[in-house]
Amino acid sequence: MRFFSHPLVKRRIEAARKGWYKFSKNPVSLVGLSVIVLILILAIFAPYVAPNPEHAGRYVNFAESNQPPSLHHWFGTDTFGRDILSRVFFGFRYSLIMGLVVLAIATPIGVVLGLLAGYYRNRWIGTLIMRITDIFLAVPPLILALVVCSILTPSLFNAMMAVTLVWWPWYCRLVYGLASSYRGEFFVQAAEVTGATKAHILFREILPNCVSSIFTKMSLDMGWVILIGASLSYVGLGAQPPTPDLGTMVADGAKYLPAQWWIAIFPALAIMLTVLGFNLIGDGFRDLFALEEV
Amino acid sequence: MTDPILEIADLHVEFKTYEGPLKVLNGVSMSVQPGRRVGLVGEAGCGKTTTMRCVLGILPNPPGKITKGSIHFHGQDLLHFSKREFQRIRGHGISMIFQDPTAALNPVFTVGDQLETAIRYGSKQTASRKEIRHRALKALSEVQLPDTERILTCFPVELSGGMRQRVCIAMALATEPELLIADEPTTSLDVTIQDQILRLLYDLVENHGTAVIFITHSLGVVREMADEVYVMYAGNIVEGASKDELFHAPLHPYTQGLMSAVPKLTGGGVAEGIPGRIPEYISPPGGCRFHPRCTRAMSRCAGECPQFVTIHPSHQVACFLHSGESHG
Amino acid sequence: MDNPLLHTEDLCKFFKTPRGTVRAADRVSFDLYEGETLGLVGESGSGKSTVAYTVMGLHSPTSGKVEFAGQDIAKPVAKRARSLKKQIQIVFQDPGTSLNSRRTIQQILELPLRVHNTAPRGNRKARVAELLRMVELPEEYMYKSPHALGGGERQMVAIARALASEPRLIILDEPTSALDVSIQAKIINMLIEFQKQFNLAYLFITHDLSLMRNVSHRVAILYLGKICEVAPTEQFFRAPEHPYTKMLLSSIPVITDDEVAMRPTKSVSTGEIPSPVNVPPGCGFSTRCPVKFAPCSVDIPELLRINEDHWVRCHLFHPAADVECNDPCFVEAEAEEHT
Repeated sequence: MRFFSHPLVKRRIEAARKGWYKFSKNPVSLVGLSVIVLILILAIFAPYVAPNPEHAGRYVNFAESNQPPSLHHWFGTDTFGRDILSRVFFGFRYSLIMGLVVLAIATPIGVVLGLLAGYYRNRWIGTLIMRITDIFLAVPPLILALVVCSILTPSLFNAMMAVTLVWWPWYCRLVYGLASSYRGEFFVQAAEVTGATKAHILFREILPNCVSSIFTKMSLDMGWVILIGASLSYVGLGAQPPTPDLGTMVADGAKYLPAQWWIAIFPALAIMLTVLGFNLIGDGFRDLFALEEV
Repeated sequence: MTDPILEIADLHVEFKTYEGPLKVLNGVSMSVQPGRRVGLVGEAGCGKTTTMRCVLGILPNPPGKITKGSIHFHGQDLLHFSKREFQRIRGHGISMIFQDPTAALNPVFTVGDQLETAIRYGSKQTASRKEIRHRALKALSEVQLPDTERILTCFPVELSGGMRQRVCIAMALATEPELLIADEPTTSLDVTIQDQILRLLYDLVENHGTAVIFITHSLGVVREMADEVYVMYAGNIVEGASKDELFHAPLHPYTQGLMSAVPKLTGGGVAEGIPGRIPEYISPPGGCRFHPRCTRAMSRCAGECPQFVTIHPSHQVACFLHSGESHG
Repeated sequence: MDNPLLHTEDLCKFFKTPRGTVRAADRVSFDLYEGETLGLVGESGSGKSTVAYTVMGLHSPTSGKVEFAGQDIAKPVAKRARSLKKQIQIVFQDPGTSLNSRRTIQQILELPLRVHNTAPRGNRKARVAELLRMVELPEEYMYKSPHALGGGERQMVAIARALASEPRLIILDEPTSALDVSIQAKIINMLIEFQKQFNLAYLFITHDLSLMRNVSHRVAILYLGKICEVAPTEQFFRAPEHPYTKMLLSSIPVITDDEVAMRPTKSVSTGEIPSPVNVPPGCGFSTRCPVKFAPCSVDIPELLRINEDHWVRCHLFHPAADVECNDPCFVEAEAEEHT
């Protein structure tokens, strides 16, 4: 319990409590949070909560194929007779993994390059980084991902790499703007004058001030990344069958619209719900990170 | 003695926040006679701007709320004025000059546009365009701006800080107000320019016979500009006196501390200052709000709040050292 | 008083802008000795902050010499040796932005200790506590962030930070302008204490002459990038010579009768301060000077020594001045000198 009486820990706990208060005042963020928590639980515990977990892998039962939604199969079955509800639960896993992996790699790369470019904006390194970033940003993300994916063999992993490649420039540009403006602030000059190393100034003085914008963007981006990942799978360049990726499921089911609508619509709704959840949370994050005034 | 043009009585204001209500004003009372120059002195956060916002009807509500007290302008109760009634008295009734002239002037409109708009909406009767323009030029020449025709066509960004403030003064006085509220009008200006603006303002209000409330944190400025001075601390008026009385014989310990803390041109080092810091408005000290920092506090001061009483005809104080009376 | 700690000679800093060259600091020369406070006074456009920042290394001088303890320091911070950075520190004007709100006070104060190793690793927290005690702040403050503190307290932390590296010179850029009078008094007294205790030299910049009177040993007044007058404090205030100094002193609002009596009365402020992009020809003050005469709008006056430690830049004191002019305003100036 001594840990909890340390003043710094107490401050952090109090700040967290206040942050939760502010966050929970916004009903929209609460809805978003509930949705995301639900999806997380379904994704993590899919093998235990899905009624037919074996349907997520290689399973065929033509006797049950193309069944409409019923009490037995809430979301119906697809052409192979697999329970769509179970596959959607597993599908959440791949969507979330796509989002997390892409952001986990793209964000650090983009942030570090952005910090360097912003701090050294008038020197060659700043110009070089930003011109490269500009080139990447000039190409529409989906097109670039498509091109990369089609060069490599289609797989979930390669799709993730492609989207990462497309995503880091946005963080670079965001942090570049922030770092350029913070560079002239007095507290940065004070650190320079004291003799702090450049690494200290970039990562200990400037970066903490950028964190709130970065996290807000990350939460809004989750939705977009998942959507792009689903789009890639839709055109066959992402996860391959029989992986229950939501985008692939929509693609498979599209042929059967509008008669056997459930095969495509439920996975599509699942994608929409996930994206919506992250967007709603992102809004609340902005309030969360504002500094408490005296 | 004639009726005061503005009478604030026992004004209490609260602001709602996450931690609870901030009791910002705790019984502010002051009165302004017609044609007199009144100074309101206090440090940052004491509530002087909040008080003036109440007078003008621009207190942000929420989170601000007037919980008690009254404000009378020419006998009319301002606290029950509608927005429209406020609009009617702004301009020729009450006019205001703000601290930062750059922020007070709209950068995308010319000086002429803004000045003429102020005259048009602030006047009692409607006037023709020619008449308005004539009055605008006259206002600009009164504030000693050279080349008035050209200034009318300038944008605020083309003028220096001092000139912008002169424009703001022209805007405030062109509508011939009965009461002018000047909120730190020279704080953002250089010293030599400040001196010019203050002297100008002094002469102008003298000529127009306007009553002025001069808000500032600088005792030196108030000494040059005001006939009567009110000293404010943490939401209370602690002392009110004629200028000579206040500067030769300040009674409240806060006023005395403030005067000794100001560095003097004659030298002598910097005095100790006033210990402590201004109270949190969330849970202000009980009784007299100054007592935790007062070197002469008595046990009574923590429990009861002193009443603002008249010691001589031109000197009022809220302090138990000088009177036995307390608030209810 | 032989070797100055800080020596500048003909220091110039010009900025190129689309509207022309801004002569922010124009041949500024002064000396600052160990343990003394030199005040730099001026209004906007005077260049006082530019001079300070150039000494600090936040700007590189366009030309001229800047020496610290005999060593040339006319280079930006990035190129300075760590040992030099240790010895010169700065306290900025706005405590709200000079402390990083995303860090704790402990982290802020530990940085100079770490960089300059003025406290060994295990001892740093104790030293931070000691620094806080020196500026009369409670030890618990080290866990707080700057935005939880009031303006005066933040400025005290900024001062503690400047002291942490054990410097010899501290530049104070309007350290109390944003603060209330009661807090200002406390901070100024603290600074004076520290100066005595640690034999610090202060370069004190402010526009508040009343404050300057009580803080500095010597005062230099700047106008449009040039030094107009330098004198020991007592002389500067009791017997100012430059017309601008007199104008500035007579403009200050004061609160006691004694101060009113001591202010020069003849000079009343007139005119606008010219923009530093458009410096008037000749003496920069000539457009507003009440005693201007013929050479003023033509030649730039030199900085001349009129007393042991008193320098003035004004044609009125130029030995050749009494030769030419029959201008009535000059006659008035002469009469003024003889009263």
